[in-house]
Amino acid sequence: MPSLRDIRNRIRSVQNTKKITQAYQVVSATKLRRAQQMVQATRPYAEKMLEVLQTTAELATEYRHPFLERREGKRGVMVLVTTDRGLCGALNVNTIRAANRVMNEQYPQARYVTLGRKGRDLMLRFRREVIADASNLPDRPGIADVLPAVTVALEEYSKGNTDAVLLGYAKWVSTLRQEPVVRTLVPVELPKREEGKAPAADYIYEPEPDEVLDALLPRYVETQVYQAVLENKASEHSARMIAMQNATDAAADFIEALTLNMNKVRQASITTELMEIVSGAEALRQSSQ
Amino acid sequence: MPIPVRVVSVERSLFEGEADFILARSTIGELGVLPRHAPLLAVLAPGELRVDKTGGGSEVLFVGGGFMEVLPDRVTVLADVAERADEINLERAEQTRRSVQERLAGQVGTEERVELEQALARAEARLRLARIRRGGG
Repeated sequence: MPSLRDIRNRIRSVQNTKKITQAYQVVSATKLRRAQQMVQATRPYAEKMLEVLQTTAELATEYRHPFLERREGKRGVMVLVTTDRGLCGALNVNTIRAANRVMNEQYPQARYVTLGRKGRDLMLRFRREVIADASNLPDRPGIADVLPAVTVALEEYSKGNTDAVLLGYAKWVSTLRQEPVVRTLVPVELPKREEGKAPAADYIYEPEPDEVLDALLPRYVETQVYQAVLENKASEHSARMIAMQNATDAAADFIEALTLNMNKVRQASITTELMEIVSGAEALRQSSQ
Repeated sequence: MPIPVRVVSVERSLFEGEADFILARSTIGELGVLPRHAPLLAVLAPGELRVDKTGGGSEVLFVGGGFMEVLPDRVTVLADVAERADEINLERAEQTRRSVQERLAGQVGTEERVELEQALARAEARLRLARIRRGGG
């Protein structure tokens, strides 16, 4: 039976933990809002980029940029976006599992570019080949933070060392739901233009459409990775917020159980004390008679 | 007849407004856009982008490359890394230029050389622009 003081100390300790998880929950909520704003901010650029790319690709039909060429083969580079920190539930595990499944099925000769410490550490522990890494990204990553790692992946493709470049990250669906997404970056698959939307214009190109396409395609891929990194941030903060909420709730339950236990122990000790007094008094009364 | 102009980088929107004239530097030369310009898509070189706003004043931005799309009713610039002239850190730009020059002086492969030269062009364009803004140089 733990003593009253032990239980009291325990309650105090759990209360402190609860305060921390509660604070972290609030912090995550704020960071989530900021991350969502950042995702929003990339939209105008990304949408325009796609529009221009679609138009240009339609014009430069004879020209086949290597990024548009399909390759048969089992070699793949996975750009794996994970978080730098833990305490965010199963977020990273889900992403990594989804990414590995695709790689094992389609590209057994897999190599990895990791954006995020958790993914990097896990891949290294599994003895996978990590060819580039960008970890410990700031809370508001700029595109310059992710570019070098992406460039490594794209160069591998240009040099013919890989048959595909893939992207894996946690898509933000709602505060309660984040989904692992794995998709192919290169060869580039341009989404179909929306029905009824005519090509934007018959441009004059400066320089030629082929060269414009050369400049556009890598940037398109880079933008997609950058967006994935930002969206993964939003997912991270959502997941952490929920994890912290669960921890706070669990701490509250625990405190309740401990308090109940404490009261029982207190009551038991009072009862024992009373019994002692009563029986002592009884003994005195009997001996005085 | 003013043209609506929008300058966006991946990270944020840098300028949105109406302009009478836009001066950009494409990979094959300087490029001025007046209202009623024919539809155009240009690849931009690192350098400054000047937007003469309707009603006076002009916005000068630094772009590290990118694209400019001219449509009959609007102009959009997709800038790689865009900075406003007054945001440019002169010291950092100078430092970048020096370190790149030093590396160029040493032994480098062709591919690396091309990259370094681009970096140098960017750093120099930045410096030039920052100096203009400060009214010195």
